[in-house]
Amino acid sequence: MKANMKTAKSKKLIDNRTFISFVILIIALIVINFTDNDYIKRITSLCGIYVILGLSMQLINGFTGLFSLGHAGFMAIGAYTVAILTIAPEDKVMNFFMKPILPFLANVEWWFFPSLIMAGIIAGVFGFLIGAPVLRLTDDYLAIATLGFAEIIRVVFTNTQSLTNGALGLKAIPNNTNVLWSWAMAFITIGFMVFLMKGSYGKAFKAIREDEIAARSMGINLFRHKVMSFTFSAFLAGVAGGLMASLLGTIDPNMFRITLTFNILLIMVLGGLGNIKGTVISAIIVTAAMEVLRFLDESINLGFIQLEGIPGMRMVIFSMILMAVVIFRKDRLLKGN
Amino acid sequence: MRIMLKIENMTMKFGGVIAANNFNANIEKGRIVGLIGPNGAGKTTIFNVVTGVYMPTEGRVIFNPDDREHVISGLRPDEIAKLGVCRTFQNIRLFKDLSVLDNVFIGNHLRIESNVFSSILRLPGYIKEEKEILKKSLYLLERVGLLQEKDEKAHSLPYGKQRRLEIARALATNPRLLLLDEPAAGMNPQESRELMQFILDIKDEFDLTIFLIEHHMEVVMGICEEIFVLDHGELIAQGNPEAIQNNQRVVEAYLGVE
Repeated sequence: MKANMKTAKSKKLIDNRTFISFVILIIALIVINFTDNDYIKRITSLCGIYVILGLSMQLINGFTGLFSLGHAGFMAIGAYTVAILTIAPEDKVMNFFMKPILPFLANVEWWFFPSLIMAGIIAGVFGFLIGAPVLRLTDDYLAIATLGFAEIIRVVFTNTQSLTNGALGLKAIPNNTNVLWSWAMAFITIGFMVFLMKGSYGKAFKAIREDEIAARSMGINLFRHKVMSFTFSAFLAGVAGGLMASLLGTIDPNMFRITLTFNILLIMVLGGLGNIKGTVISAIIVTAAMEVLRFLDESINLGFIQLEGIPGMRMVIFSMILMAVVIFRKDRLLKGN
Repeated sequence: MRIMLKIENMTMKFGGVIAANNFNANIEKGRIVGLIGPNGAGKTTIFNVVTGVYMPTEGRVIFNPDDREHVISGLRPDEIAKLGVCRTFQNIRLFKDLSVLDNVFIGNHLRIESNVFSSILRLPGYIKEEKEILKKSLYLLERVGLLQEKDEKAHSLPYGKQRRLEIARALATNPRLLLLDEPAAGMNPQESRELMQFILDIKDEFDLTIFLIEHHMEVVMGICEEIFVLDHGELIAQGNPEAIQNNQRVVEAYLGVE
């Protein structure tokens, strides 16, 4: 009887609780979309972007079991693609005052959606090209190699003056990203992940995570599947990078440091390795918490004592909360499916 | 009789250690062939060479499933599995955190024809394939008696059932040649007898050729039609069960010489 109940439950794609949370999320997003509070809207858009990033990292690290830390690099590629493709030609002239932009890009002005897709495709192509040599490595070596890749992208972007405007960064990127765009992309990503992992290819990814030797003996081409997973992950990171560029309006290479990858890693670990629902929740909570704790950086008046603001205090508190969560809720956190 | 697997002058060295020395074997189609020998004799090494985990230092392995010879030494394990050679492992290697059903489902993945995009978009072609895979997986689970446990995690199964699940997963790849590495390890006499019957049954049902490593002599002598005996990487005897039991060198290898 118990076994039967379990079967019935696992056959459904989502259970009732997930469905209700999903409906509440949609309603909340609609309400936020129609408020006038730009600050809240901005944070909400950012949450959507981090949902995409968290799931993208989940795909490669949580589901395929490859410890990759190259996300900042793929985001940079996506962000610069969207920036270069959407900045109006006259703004490009203003941006590139040190050295003019490459002639064939000077008059490009694409719509937002095709630029986003292009951001994903270019990041995906890079993922494919990087993946081919790098995915022969395992564990720590893969982490080091992908980390190196992200740093190389950052340094290259700092020096390609006529393509990325170097360390000056790019300004006047049209602010296309809003709650609608970022969450539409987030929902597409959630759907993509759910259906991918439900299908035969997703199960093959999990098999690689569980036991590479057994997986290849069962006829799974390890290399092909790893590159596939890596490319998809890079594509999603590229799209998220593009959304972020358009949300912020200005980007420069130093935005895409290892700390950015670390934030995503955090979301993934808190969400639970291989847990899609958990990742969505943790992406929202982490992004919101980073903002809510911002008051800690400012001076606080407790009535009897006046505390002076210490810049960076928010990160200290945030890290402490994180440590506490990881220590006390470890079992729950890491339980994925 | 057609030869299904031919191992020719195969030598496998690891640095200075010779794990298998000039090994030759012909395995006929439709037979159950045993590979025995004391611990460390190089039995699993031979399985690893046949399934592509190791590339032999010398010699070659030829697989002939249907009148077309494939030289499989030098191919990757997944390519060999696609041709129709599948195996189980001495120290069980299931996909531990996945469900019993998923383990068998994954065994079917190498035969899938739809691409990844039709799987994500759940196009009719993929849905049809998935239904067939599911039907076949459930049948295989029923066949090995694990249908009740299909939603359990693989690592939560007791030892004997994990061994059966490994066989079901291997069968899901549609093998022509099945290699079983100590299928009866850790089983009591009753379970061993059931296993023997089970191996005979699947051999007929799935038209298999079976090559197995085993320490339980009751199992080996009971079902194998031909036996290869290995000691220190050398083939010391070959023949039917009676001949092996009466072979002086085999007795010496197992019991030692005065």
